[in-house]
Amino acid sequence: MRIAFKLPLMSLAIASTLGFAGAVGAQEITGAGATFPAPIYSKWASDYHKATGVKVNYQSIGSGGGIKQIDSKTVDFGASDMPLTDEVLKSKGQMQFPTVMGGVVPVINVKGIEPGQLKLTGPLLADIFLGKVARWNDPAIKALNPTLALPDAAIAQVRRADGSGTTFIFTNYLSKVSAEWKSKVGESTAVNWPVGAGGKGNEGVAAFVARLPNSMGYVEYSYVKQNKMNYAIMQNAAGNFIKPEDDSFKAAAAGADWAKSFYQILTNQPGKDAWPISGATFILMHTKQDKPANATEVLKFFSWAYKNGDKIAADLDYVPMPKPVIAAIEKSWGEIKDNSGKPVAFK
Amino acid sequence: MGLHGKSIMSTTLASDDFPSSPSATQSVRAMTQPLPVKKARSGPLVDLVFGWLAKGAALLTLAMLVAILGSLTISAWPAIDKYGLGFLTNTTWDPVKEEFGGLVMIYGTLATSFIALLIAVPVSFGIALFLTELSPAWLKRPLGTAIELLAAVPSIVYGMWGLLVFGPVLATYVQQPLQAAFAGVPYLGAFVSGPPVGIGILSAGIILAIMIIPFIAAVMRDVFEVTPALLKESAYGLGATTWEVVSKVVLPYTKAGVIGGIMLGLGRAIGETMAVTFVIGNFNQLDSVSLFQAANSITSALANEFAEAGEGLHQASLMYLGLVLFFITFVILSLSKLLLAQLRKNEGAKT
Repeated sequence: MRIAFKLPLMSLAIASTLGFAGAVGAQEITGAGATFPAPIYSKWASDYHKATGVKVNYQSIGSGGGIKQIDSKTVDFGASDMPLTDEVLKSKGQMQFPTVMGGVVPVINVKGIEPGQLKLTGPLLADIFLGKVARWNDPAIKALNPTLALPDAAIAQVRRADGSGTTFIFTNYLSKVSAEWKSKVGESTAVNWPVGAGGKGNEGVAAFVARLPNSMGYVEYSYVKQNKMNYAIMQNAAGNFIKPEDDSFKAAAAGADWAKSFYQILTNQPGKDAWPISGATFILMHTKQDKPANATEVLKFFSWAYKNGDKIAADLDYVPMPKPVIAAIEKSWGEIKDNSGKPVAFK
Repeated sequence: MGLHGKSIMSTTLASDDFPSSPSATQSVRAMTQPLPVKKARSGPLVDLVFGWLAKGAALLTLAMLVAILGSLTISAWPAIDKYGLGFLTNTTWDPVKEEFGGLVMIYGTLATSFIALLIAVPVSFGIALFLTELSPAWLKRPLGTAIELLAAVPSIVYGMWGLLVFGPVLATYVQQPLQAAFAGVPYLGAFVSGPPVGIGILSAGIILAIMIIPFIAAVMRDVFEVTPALLKESAYGLGATTWEVVSKVVLPYTKAGVIGGIMLGLGRAIGETMAVTFVIGNFNQLDSVSLFQAANSITSALANEFAEAGEGLHQASLMYLGLVLFFITFVILSLSKLLLAQLRKNEGAKT
């Protein structure tokens, strides 16, 4: 009886020791943070694992959580939808670089209006989400869209209920184009919305807009594309009305001065084809690495992703970074050093 | 109590070891001769270990409760320090300007739970009553099982159903007719105002009611069933109607259990997160008494904002909200105990 009880215990002990040894032997890096790029990071990770045998473990716990985890060094890289300013990065001893881009798109549900027909400007969008422009047949909307049959109905505003990078990009844009928005509401991952119902996640907002007649919300571009949602076109800083698509997001990225700093919020960019509500998502790493071997693996992974991940990104409706930006990013990796002050190798 | 239990146990052990009937003794001995002695030796030790384990489980729970309360208070301290009790009456929730008050969420939590109880208690009472007193025997089991199965549906399913199916129905067939009927009527008109989208306090309350009905109904049925048949039959024999039997015999006999069941349901309603967040609208303004106004609840705010809340006041305020929820639950639990004690006292006075 006693022996019978001991045997499984021993085999269990042996098995766990073996398992432990196995985990140490394999290359494994961990990251945590933003939920917006989580699908692409996990797809890259699984393809990278197949190609190289290195396991990348990404936990999508939200940007706030990602920043916390990298601060406490429990992960090899953090991920945030909101870039940190250069001063904050310096004080924390960290650096950041963008990985992929996306756009935030106003979506509507109005009978008789086709996707891409409704024209909006930034200040008008701000007034709608302030509740100042409350009806579809408001003169301000009519003036921009004289040919559309706008209903005599209240606009049901829909926005994110959870804190999110999408909301940050959206409110950052509205703060740039509307002084009233900036003073009354401001920009953040979660704000004090004056009007509207909140949906949980992009899917929640998409569901609300699809279901409520005469509603308007904002979602990530990939949701627009995958769900064939009815979107509005926006006037950009150059005065042109632009459709949300890969090229207009790329145009927004091209207008930013990446060589100077990666702290770039791609809203209201000057390019003539730039989609005004664009944004990139960022990776955070410590500049001084206690575990340079892990840092090497992280950089190798992203280097691989920039080279081989474009098609996957496009399949998942993310926009890859333009080539010159990637060159600037790889140059910036020279800042990441081991304890002796030697740059961490990644090639 | 403990001593009593132990003595019962040792007597059963003893009778196992030395069975009284001689023929049984022989047959047992023939098969497993050394066993009785061994059993008698390990008995007290097993009892001791079992006692320790039971005590440990109880103490661990207590320790965890204290630890959770402690860590909640510590994490919420920056907000408690800054806002004090004013947090409970402030309606502003502005993460950008870092100004936080919890009244919107507290109101949402209490209002939705109240609506849920208002609907769920009578319905559950009806279900339990039907199952124990009125239902034909062949229907009892399938109906009872069906109601218990409702409790197993994950809350997110209720949330999705509420958003996609129930919300539109509520908006089209309840809210819009009510708004048309009460348009211009003071007070009543304000009570049903708001965008006709079918999300808000009322829909959250109704979804919660559906979710807690199985809990309350199951507990009520179980306690109704333990009412001695003798009492009920006597009442019927004296010519009492079914309602009289229920209100004068069954309910007084089972009130502790009934209140316990209601409290169980209320606890679940207050703590429910996923289903509420889908249908409540997550709107942090308190500018209308309308039942159809989008609002927010404590649990929904926590679930939505925690992942992206920056360190500092935002997170501390969310923790403070958690602490408030803890406190609300505690108060409700205490009130129910007080209520029970009061009922017992009256009972004594009457007889």
